[in-house]
Amino acid sequence: MLRFIVGRLAVLIPTFLGVSLIAFSFIRLLPGDPVMLMSGERVMSPERHTELMQQLGLDRPMYIQYFDYLTGLLTGDFGSSIVTKRPVLDDFLQLFPATLELSLCAIIVAIALGIPAGVLAAVKRGTWLDQSLMGVALVGYSMPIFWWGLLLIIFFSGYLGWTPVSGRISLMYFFPQVTGFMLIDSLISGQAGAFKSAVSYLILPTVVLATIPLAVIARQTRSAMLEVLGEDYVRTARAKGLSPFRVIGVHALRNAMIPVITTIGLQVGVLLAGAILTETIFSWPGIGKWMVDSVFKRDYAVVQGGLMLIAAVIMIVNLVVDLLYGWINPRIRH
Amino acid sequence: MSLLEIKNLTVEFQTASGPFRAVDGVSLKVDEGEVLAIVGESGSGKSVSMLAAMGLLPWTAKVTADVLTFNGRDMQSMSDSDRRKIIGKDIAMIFQEPIASLNPCFTVGFQIEEVLRIHTDLSRKARRDRAIELFQSVGIPNPEERLGHFPHQMSGGQCQRVMIATALACNPKLLIADEPTTALDVTIQKQILDLLMKLQAEHGMGLIIITHDMGVVAETADRVIVQYKGRQIESADVLSLFESPKSVYTKALLSALPENAVGGRLPTITEKLTDTEIFAGAVR
Repeated sequence: MLRFIVGRLAVLIPTFLGVSLIAFSFIRLLPGDPVMLMSGERVMSPERHTELMQQLGLDRPMYIQYFDYLTGLLTGDFGSSIVTKRPVLDDFLQLFPATLELSLCAIIVAIALGIPAGVLAAVKRGTWLDQSLMGVALVGYSMPIFWWGLLLIIFFSGYLGWTPVSGRISLMYFFPQVTGFMLIDSLISGQAGAFKSAVSYLILPTVVLATIPLAVIARQTRSAMLEVLGEDYVRTARAKGLSPFRVIGVHALRNAMIPVITTIGLQVGVLLAGAILTETIFSWPGIGKWMVDSVFKRDYAVVQGGLMLIAAVIMIVNLVVDLLYGWINPRIRH
Repeated sequence: MSLLEIKNLTVEFQTASGPFRAVDGVSLKVDEGEVLAIVGESGSGKSVSMLAAMGLLPWTAKVTADVLTFNGRDMQSMSDSDRRKIIGKDIAMIFQEPIASLNPCFTVGFQIEEVLRIHTDLSRKARRDRAIELFQSVGIPNPEERLGHFPHQMSGGQCQRVMIATALACNPKLLIADEPTTALDVTIQKQILDLLMKLQAEHGMGLIIITHDMGVVAETADRVIVQYKGRQIESADVLSLFESPKSVYTKALLSALPENAVGGRLPTITEKLTDTEIFAGAVR
């Protein structure tokens, strides 16, 4: 197992280098530079522009800038924001819990509803239940996330007034950040109503962010279950006199989970990408909104650093998925 | 009273092009200690009739029978949960592909102990002891260690031994072996057949062997049922079937054995007989 983990970690090094190169070069392909955007409407003389570019080190050849960036990364230095001058890592660590909280809630909802829906659709294959579930999943999968978010806001926040429109918690509550997770911090604070408020703010963004992963997980679970239900070992399980619940829930589902876990791992990348839109719609103060703002300001260090850190998160999740494979599928472990 | 009695069993599958009759009017009886072979070509409904008797067919199958009893109990009017108390315990079944028939995600120990957990009140320790004892009885070396192995770590023959051990876990009254040796090497086939016959004699259980191998029939069975396209063509004891087959199909089936090949060309049945002739010549 240790060799397996070390092997997987070794693969991460070239992947990380590739991501760093893409993150570094793509943001520089955009027209404009941070100095021009900082000056805004004001006219800046070419001399002043050159001077500021020199100060920021952006006048040096690209490969030297990249090399400097890489050596910084080796010491854990992700650079500092050109706009706020704050270290990128500090901003990331401050904002990431908000994104993590939202993403975790979304993936939990997607798994908790998607897997049972997929299993049910497979077991009741061809019935109205199967067709309804898969129809809803297809609609969910096809729905543009920003449009879906706006529809929910209009209906639940605007028309019914059940949920707040944006933010993480009501302004009535204030407490120190301990874990960064609003649900946990509001509980720790002991303030009456704080937890309820945090939940009410979390519901709509979670639903919006969970929609696509939920649809994908449900469809993948259904097709994996359909394949597994026709396998000989499922017939053996039934021939042993096991209850349908045990045949499906233990013998079939365990095997069907192998492709579903891959899908869930891939959805983490989709979630982080979806978080960018969802956070923008709901003004959720996470890394998605932070990254979008940085792209508009050509804040090279933040975009590069943010991408690297997001890539690291995805790579860690993929490593966990690989380890889960071994746990669930002994043919890989041995 | 027969152990298993089936009269006029019919199985129809609902397909996109209408109902398809896979089994048509099959009747059979098996007594305790008796070995019955069901032979026929692929698609003759051998496996389907046994799966129907055990209630293991998918919901698209419509099963009807005038009589379908096990140990005097009507299997048709029985609830699903009552049937599950019988199958796996009193009627056990082993299948053609032993490796595919074992769940790849669980150890063979888990899979054998699971039957004991469902059908007996044995403690965890007693279940393990029984599993070791069963592995020993089917000739699996180092049973304690083997219990922790996964199916992919064992050979086909070993997996079939695990399947047999699992089937025998609750001392069944009837064992149905659906082409138990088809997927195995010839030498292993012989070992598995010998093992099945030894265990059948020891336990005194009824045994139904589904096969298309006349050699297996000759070596194992007391009585034989010949099926063709879902219908029963002949039912006889093994000696009379081989010495004086009555139906034209059985005669053709026996003359189609490879040893009867002339001039390097294997004899076939269908070029000699039409379906009408086969069904008209059925002797039940």
